[in-house]
Amino acid sequence: MVLLDILNKIFNRDAVSSKDIARERLRLVLVHDRASVSPEFLNALKEDLIKVIREYLDIDEDALMVNLENEENSVALVANIPVKGFKRAVGV
Amino acid sequence: MKGKVIVITSGKGGVGKTTTTANLGTALAMMNQKVVLIDTDIGLRNLDVVMGLENRIVFDIVDVVNGNCKLKQALIKDKRFEGLYLLPAAQTKDKSAVSPHQMKNLTNELRNSFDFILVDCPAGIEQGFKNAIAGADDAIVVATPEVSSVRDADRIIGLLEAAGLNNPRLIINRLRSKMVKRGDMMDIGDIIEILSIELLGVVPEDETIVISTNKGEPAVIENNSRAGAAYRRIARRIMGENVPIESLDDTGNLVDRFRKMLKLAR
Ligand SMILES: Nc1ncnc2c1ncn2[C@@H]1O[C@H](COP(=O)(O)OP(=O)(O)OP(=O)(O)O)[C@@H](O)[C@H]1O
Ligand SMILES: [Mg+2]
Repeated sequence: MVLLDILNKIFNRDAVSSKDIARERLRLVLVHDRASVSPEFLNALKEDLIKVIREYLDIDEDALMVNLENEENSVALVANIPVKGFKRAVGV
Repeated sequence: MKGKVIVITSGKGGVGKTTTTANLGTALAMMNQKVVLIDTDIGLRNLDVVMGLENRIVFDIVDVVNGNCKLKQALIKDKRFEGLYLLPAAQTKDKSAVSPHQMKNLTNELRNSFDFILVDCPAGIEQGFKNAIAGADDAIVVATPEVSSVRDADRIIGLLEAAGLNNPRLIINRLRSKMVKRGDMMDIGDIIEILSIELLGVVPEDETIVISTNKGEPAVIENNSRAGAAYRRIARRIMGENVPIESLDDTGNLVDRFRKMLKLAR
């Protein structure tokens, strides 16, 4: 195993270098930092989401939640939007 | 004379703000500019010892803003270069002894007699940071190639922009080309891409910084200091010269180097 690691390193084959780990961790932590430092960002996004969804659904705007959540190695935009009812389809 | 006020900041402590201020200030003075360095790290003054001027301090920045002395009386003349001065921080007061408004007035007064006013910012994002950036026209952000330092730099860039300092430039300090080469340190491209900010220069990890700090003589004075040479090139960029970012790879073969030179020249 150790030998394999060394060989991988020598031939630079799918050995993940520590700088790649550093870069990836930074990218993820900055998504969060930047979003939490400017709450206006999430609020603006929320308002635009409401605008679009309202065209299709009758939603509970006060209960709507939008958040950035950490997954293992990605960040997800998670939205919880309670639906009160569907708009009557207008043609198709 | 209408001097330019540049703040040197970082967020994270110990990444090289004071070293950068001392070396850039000295390099600019070597280019016949009139330069004043302001130490705003009240309570933890250091720029004086890095410059080797600690024995000449009579008054400090708090004395000036409180009117205990004239601004001129507090300015310490450098022992090597004509036109280079230091305004030391107070050692016994705390950061709230100066207000952003007072800093603004102070830097504005200095503009009349200097080409460059370099402000050495304390670590952190509190009062001391707010004071240091108050009168600035431009900002230089110093970061080392580490996750914590780059993260803090990102936060600082956001705060600078919120304060109207819209185009801060980055100095990457303590880069180790050997570690970069074996993939154990983020390279220049990685950091610039993440921060999306203009690169002002790269300073290698270099023992001569420690030696020159021991002696109280900035490394830019030494002809064979690699870090000193990097700072001299950065000073030329600050003066508006077009100096390409150097390849810090001191181990690469000639063909590699040539290829890199072509790439950098584009
Ligand atoms: N390029 C370099 N190579 C080697 N050592 C360095 C380099 N740059 C800075 N150092 C060393 O790192 C230490 C911290 O540097 P410096 O005091 O300039 O940081 P700082 O950002 O001003 O710190 P603080 O946040 O405490 O004010 C010093 O001991 C300095 O000699
Ligand atoms: Mg310092």
